[in-house]
Amino acid sequence: MVRKTIKVNYLARVEGEGAFKVVVRDGVVERAELSIFEPPRFFEAFLRGRAYSEAPDITARICGICPVAYQMSSIHAIEQALGVQVAGPLRDLRRLLYCGEWIESHTLHVYMLHAPDFLGYDGAIDMARDHADAVRRGLALKKAGNEILTLLGGREIHPINVRVGGFYRVPTRRELQPLAEKMKWARDAALETVRWVAGFDFPDYERDYELVALSHPDEYPFNEGRIISNRGLDITADAYHLHFEESHVERSTALHSRLRERGAYLVGPLARFSLNFSRLSPTAQQAAREAGLGQACANPYRSIIVRAVEVLYACDEALRIIDAYQPPDQPAVQIEPRAGVGCAATEAPRGLLYHRYRLEDDGSIAEARIVPPTSQNQASIEADLASFVGQWLDLPDDQLRHRCEQTVRNYDPCISCSTHFLRLELDRG
Amino acid sequence: MAARRRKPRLGVWKFASCDGCQLTLLDCEDEFLAVAEALDIAYFPEATRAAVKGRYDLSLVEGSITTTHDAQRIQDIRRRSRALITIGACATSGGIQALRNFADVREYASIVYARPDYIHSLATSTPIADHVPVDFELRGCPINKRQLVEVISAFLAGRRPVTPAHSVCIECKLKGNVCVTVAHGTPCLGPVTHAGCGAICPSYDRGCYGCYGPMESPNAPALSAKLGELGMDQRDLTRIYRTFNAGSPAFRKESERNGP
Repeated sequence: MVRKTIKVNYLARVEGEGAFKVVVRDGVVERAELSIFEPPRFFEAFLRGRAYSEAPDITARICGICPVAYQMSSIHAIEQALGVQVAGPLRDLRRLLYCGEWIESHTLHVYMLHAPDFLGYDGAIDMARDHADAVRRGLALKKAGNEILTLLGGREIHPINVRVGGFYRVPTRRELQPLAEKMKWARDAALETVRWVAGFDFPDYERDYELVALSHPDEYPFNEGRIISNRGLDITADAYHLHFEESHVERSTALHSRLRERGAYLVGPLARFSLNFSRLSPTAQQAAREAGLGQACANPYRSIIVRAVEVLYACDEALRIIDAYQPPDQPAVQIEPRAGVGCAATEAPRGLLYHRYRLEDDGSIAEARIVPPTSQNQASIEADLASFVGQWLDLPDDQLRHRCEQTVRNYDPCISCSTHFLRLELDRG
Repeated sequence: MAARRRKPRLGVWKFASCDGCQLTLLDCEDEFLAVAEALDIAYFPEATRAAVKGRYDLSLVEGSITTTHDAQRIQDIRRRSRALITIGACATSGGIQALRNFADVREYASIVYARPDYIHSLATSTPIADHVPVDFELRGCPINKRQLVEVISAFLAGRRPVTPAHSVCIECKLKGNVCVTVAHGTPCLGPVTHAGCGAICPSYDRGCYGCYGPMESPNAPALSAKLGELGMDQRDLTRIYRTFNAGSPAFRKESERNGP
């Protein structure tokens, strides 16, 4: 029996702490396991007894890379519990804020975390020696996303201007205008990004995933929509708990989420793109076609192109919103606390983010449930490793380890979020 | 000709946290490549898989200590670091996860996890300075990027960073903000909160919520009396001091004075 062990004890260029282990027996991959050892912080426990109004600021601290996603899922769930509707310019400003986070988070992943895998560098700093213009473009594009967050949210990380019911202060048309100029540049830079990553070499692997994403009749999904899949799932967030379940395995401080009936599924850019292609802006659709993507994509390595297309879309959408913006009369709608239960899912850059809250009469949180995208993707990441690694077993250990890391990084896993991740341990038997 | 001086080695370390403070380094879009020029980024797993073993001239530490493994790991990092600077509320006061210090961590684990027996977590979340000597603490949840650049520049120049310890009120005055408490009766922690953010919340018509932790010598009881006049009850007061810097002595004491 052939015996060999490779370990990656701390996976780099992901957000948080994790490891993975691949077990090989006689040249066949027996299983692949992700371990998430990010220390638990117990958000769902200490949210109990807090005021409903504190949830957006507290849950933002689950993740420094996608705080807006946590703020958005929490406010939508709580607004549902309180019977509050937020429409018009306030709804548009929420979409605009989400555009900023998608641009910032996706660009960070495309340029600084994922591209170095394709071009053979340890990170963006090394990559900058040979690809200085690309890295500078990436940093400037990321900055453009952050400028939306700063203007509308007060700061890039843990924005302060989001509240249940709307915002604390809304911008004037004049204040938004300089962003429009920045977004016109960003749209061109995003298009160049799509062309740049489309030229990378991609392993020719596809898998038949169950893709899960929000879907909305009129728009590419950020904040609202039904939860659908390519295998017939079509539900509102209220029914989420009936179709999805979380389990706890010893190797991981992140819970694993599965579809009760069918098991592993995939959330994130591939799922969103494949289920919502027709709702992308014409520019984004055309850029996707030119980059060699069909109307759906099942090759996880090509997720880098999909992210770039989504950045382009977010720039278009930001421009549309800024152009149409008329300030609302009030920065937030009036809230009356009451008892109730509310659920919501929004599209974090890494995929579907589900929140559920039960509130007491005075608006205090009695119960909170949060299911981050990386918890939902853990089973698919493990299945990708198990099905792809077999083809690389002849590679030297360091190259094999690198391939495995790249496979995990396809998901832009956010481990801080899911622990609520990565060591590679390759056991060749 | 003299040999070129070796660039100082930087290590960026993570403990229990959201990654936001180390992300701040990547968010210095205009300065990042210059920082990478001035320092040898020897360990920064969020940004690069290259890892240099050995000693570090500057370690930036994010996150709080919540496991016995991490309590040991910080000792090793301290031994290998010439200067150790903590970045952010988790590393300087225990962060939001220090709310467990006021509760029973076993109960917390049972609320979140189906198998609490798989979870190995300490009863408390504590700042880095409770475990090892720290050369400088940078406040904020998250830290401010200009202050981070100042801290790194000061390290390179061999001087003390300039990060004023006065209150957010002074920042409001410097910006010319109208006081949200005086003008609108909005409860605000600005009078007791450490400066550094640039008074963002009051600039957005919102009261400060204390994410930079207590200023030097705050008079929290006096502020609590004022907040009481504005309609906050004891539970509200306990909550407002018990967020991202709940474990800092001044905020902990004031939250305990107002509630269980």
